[in-house]
Amino acid sequence: MKKLSSTLTNMALSLGIITIGASALLAWVNSLTAGPIEEARQKSEIDAIKSVTPPFDNNPRAEAWDWIPETDTVPFIVYPAMENGAFVGAAVNGYSKNGFGGEIKVMYGFDSTGAVTGYQVLSHAETPGLGAKMQEWFSMDAGNRSVLGKDPAQTAMYVSKDAGGAIDGITAATITSRAFLETLRNCYKAFEAYKVDHGYASDVNRTAGDATTGATSHHQS
Amino acid sequence: MNKLRIIYNGIVNENPTFVLLLGMCPTLGTTGSAMTGMSMGLATMGVLICSNVAISAIKSLVPDRVRIPAYIVVIATFVTLLQMFMAAYLPALNASLGIFIPLIVVNCILLGRAEAFASRHTVADSCMDGIGIGLGFTVALTLLGAVREILGTGTVFGLRLFPETFGSLVFVLAPGAFIALGFLIALINYIRKRS
Repeated sequence: MKKLSSTLTNMALSLGIITIGASALLAWVNSLTAGPIEEARQKSEIDAIKSVTPPFDNNPRAEAWDWIPETDTVPFIVYPAMENGAFVGAAVNGYSKNGFGGEIKVMYGFDSTGAVTGYQVLSHAETPGLGAKMQEWFSMDAGNRSVLGKDPAQTAMYVSKDAGGAIDGITAATITSRAFLETLRNCYKAFEAYKVDHGYASDVNRTAGDATTGATSHHQS
Repeated sequence: MNKLRIIYNGIVNENPTFVLLLGMCPTLGTTGSAMTGMSMGLATMGVLICSNVAISAIKSLVPDRVRIPAYIVVIATFVTLLQMFMAAYLPALNASLGIFIPLIVVNCILLGRAEAFASRHTVADSCMDGIGIGLGFTVALTLLGAVREILGTGTVFGLRLFPETFGSLVFVLAPGAFIALGFLIALINYIRKRS
């Protein structure tokens, strides 16, 4: 077949037909995949909550609670975990904008007393091989790397390079480590605020004197 | 033209990374590990086959003066489709490749093959060219990813070969990508010249 000549009508028609065909195809596939994409997003959120909190039998997404940090407008989201109607802990979806590559988002889990039960890095733009190691690094049982099982009210969640810090930051990625721990501190604040707001704070078996032994001062219960 | 000859040509004689030096952005950006390199290669191959076939099929309907915008629309459509399918069914892979999936649109391999091959050959030959060039790109990215992963972190496809402390950080970062790519190109061309 002979190629169409480059007249104005031919060019307009040809491009018009191609773009209309392309849009139709995209619209059709978009309607096909919109559902699965939303499901995949929800599933990854539920999986993240499950992987960081103690076992629960409620639907944490339905009971989500927002907490606005002092310095920003985007809320941290607290997902309470309940078992047989009792508060067993919560997952907190938090972020820090002070990462080396911009924002990092981390989901932290706490048990009802406030000890960190797990975390999952949801998204980040840190350097591969350096800051990107935070998912593994802060759960390693080496030196003071791990944040797991530690209560932010009793352990200073700062890198050990900084005065008073109790956590070993990632080698050659101190900025990432600071952002990671900043997220943890803020998530803990959100968690404490949630407990106060929902009247769970009194469940904690902790005397007021404990707060003074902690290296941080933002103890609210 | 012999169909297998076209595929062999795409992998060896006109390998997009080692011989044509096209598509350097994803080559350097997604080869931090062998797995992401291979995934990126396969994703690009899928789009390349589809766009080569489609462009070859519509080539006589596209007037010469608007052929570039027409090809770009076709390529962008397939890339967007790929991204939707990946987000729906392979969310983890989609997250690890990130921005490099939408950037396939501006990968010069695709437009290069559309202009140099698909717009002049039959649909079947263009499909073979897509497979050949796509495999060549996948092999190159997997090889570069494996080299960087071994030298940088001591693993290959996630399997540990030696302890992490022996890994050289530079190969994880951009300068190491350039160095590894340079040595690989030299090696491949040395082998091609000898044979």
